[in-house]
Amino acid sequence: MRGTPPVTACQPANPWLAYTARIHAVRDETPGVATYDLMFDDPALADGFTFRPGQFNMLYLPGVGEVAISISGDPHDFSSVPHTIREAGNVTHALARMREGETIGVRGPFGSSWPVDECRGKDVLLVAGGIGLAPLRPAIYELLARRDQFGTLTLLYGARSPDGLLYTDEYGAWRSAGIDVQTTVDRAHTGWTGNVGVVTLLLDRLPLPRTNDTLLLTCGPEVMMWYTIQAAQRRGLPRESVYVSLERNMNCAIGLCGHCQFGPEFLCKDGPVFRYDRVASILKVDDL
Amino acid sequence: MTAAAESTLNSETFLPRDGLQKLISHLSGDGFTVIGPKVDQGAIVYDEIENADELPRGWTDRQEPGRYRLERREDDAYFGFVVGPHSWKRFLFPPRATVATADRTENGWEMATPDEPAPRYAFLGVRACEIAAMKIQDRIFTGGSYVDPVYQRRRESAFIIAVNCTTAAATCFCVSMNTGPRCGSGFDLALTEIAEGFVIEVGSDAGSELLARLPVTPATDEQLSHADDERQQAVNQIQRTLNTDGIRDLLLNNLEHPQWSDVAKRCLSCTNCTMVCPTCFCSTVTEVSDLTGDHVERQRQWDSCFNIDFSYMNGGIVRDDVRSRYRQWLTHKLASWHDQFDSSGCVGCGRCITWCPTGIDLTAEVAAIRNAPRAKASVATETVTPQEGSA
Repeated sequence: MRGTPPVTACQPANPWLAYTARIHAVRDETPGVATYDLMFDDPALADGFTFRPGQFNMLYLPGVGEVAISISGDPHDFSSVPHTIREAGNVTHALARMREGETIGVRGPFGSSWPVDECRGKDVLLVAGGIGLAPLRPAIYELLARRDQFGTLTLLYGARSPDGLLYTDEYGAWRSAGIDVQTTVDRAHTGWTGNVGVVTLLLDRLPLPRTNDTLLLTCGPEVMMWYTIQAAQRRGLPRESVYVSLERNMNCAIGLCGHCQFGPEFLCKDGPVFRYDRVASILKVDDL
Repeated sequence: MTAAAESTLNSETFLPRDGLQKLISHLSGDGFTVIGPKVDQGAIVYDEIENADELPRGWTDRQEPGRYRLERREDDAYFGFVVGPHSWKRFLFPPRATVATADRTENGWEMATPDEPAPRYAFLGVRACEIAAMKIQDRIFTGGSYVDPVYQRRRESAFIIAVNCTTAAATCFCVSMNTGPRCGSGFDLALTEIAEGFVIEVGSDAGSELLARLPVTPATDEQLSHADDERQQAVNQIQRTLNTDGIRDLLLNNLEHPQWSDVAKRCLSCTNCTMVCPTCFCSTVTEVSDLTGDHVERQRQWDSCFNIDFSYMNGGIVRDDVRSRYRQWLTHKLASWHDQFDSSGCVGCGRCITWCPTGIDLTAEVAAIRNAPRAKASVATETVTPQEGSA
């Protein structure tokens, strides 16, 4: 059997059971993307729900369906559980029509997590593309909460256009707390004075003084992660120091339905976060 | 199985042919729903039975790639056939099952999971390859980090009456998969049919307890010898083979082999092979609302990696052609299953060969790759150098 069983905070005896959660607040982030802060109705769960950065929940709209969404909040903030969601399918479209105070179901948390503990004593490089910053944000909060345990922290973040950049109002606070945040866009608007180009351009000019003591955590479109990893490897970063978050069709989240298989991996329980060397060869196979 | 037991508690016993009805009646009396083989729509399927007369007495099945026909036997054996389109999977992992419910209340949605008692099944006529399939599905549904309650409840209460094969189909290759034809464990009782009745092995305390209520006698040397001959007949008839030596690496090292494109020309992506497979476990959950929309059932249905939307994500379809879907099925079944569940996903029952409308034979597909391997895109051995694939 592969992988270790995920540690879940409030796993019911029946893994199909969803808990009722209420939409506490909705914040529009970028066009088509909003963050939904959820609060569990059950007070014990509201106080006791814990997750590790990189894990996801199954959000359930009765009569519509379930969708796997990364938890995008602070693992130490128990006031609500934020999920940053792009409208893409039936469930997310229906969710976009819901209002604060309405209820949905939540199962989770599921899956593997970013290796924050392994980052101790190391320089940490986070590379995100588009909505891929959402699963990384809990890791950023966690790294900043324990800032003195790590070397340099860098976030390289690319989006298609300036209005596609997530969480822009937080960059100032993050920088103050000790992480270098650099952004770039594929296509600039009038008024954009920042970088233009793919995110690997930022990586190519980034000093990497300690390649053997640097971890790369990346999340975004597979092609973006692929070029990012190639760029990092050219700079001498070992593949064992790279972690990726992958996405496939997740239907059950508990490794029983078969949908999210990627080679030998069940992305829902073996992933979504993998050390790169474990999945490098299958990432190269088309249509796997 | 109602009690775990690997060792034989009694020496073998003999049950005359007319004792079969008593066996069925006792199981019904004990509260079991007895499921056994019966003829329906030109095939031998598994269904509820109350009477030994419902069994396919005197029938056999002739199977070839893409072909299945029932024929009359020269005798009136109860179990003189092999396996049909059904497997016991349909009772332990039902094709459709409600896994959760949601009800709209004044306070919003309330979610629950069904807690009605699971049916207590007694399976009559389980073959060795089918016991192997159950053990494989046990690992999937109850052996990992998450346990599926639908499967677990049905499996725990099931009573297994195995039947040793006395004949084999042209599509059988259980010997290659080391799953048969003789039942070794995983049953409560195991029957070998001979002309005058059944030689019975006990596999559990529950089996022993049931046997004590049947009109059995100690099996004579002659009866045991007849049982040996009947079982040997099945062994002798098994002609098909699958070479499993290094099969995991063979397939994973050949993910770009031209054979995948070749088989894609013949494969209709119809899902038949996955529906008849006793180990295939893929499913999807769909929402079924009542007319008010206030009561919703989450129904799990069998799904298949051959369905085009099986790999749908918001970015599109991952396996967008038949080549990639057949490759997923075969490499999962015979290769990555080992990584996931420490065994092959194939038990050699041959159903996927028989029920393929175009007669695709997985043993031939593997042989074609084995005979012309192209070690490329190797998952098992490849290393990526920093220079490789630079943009």
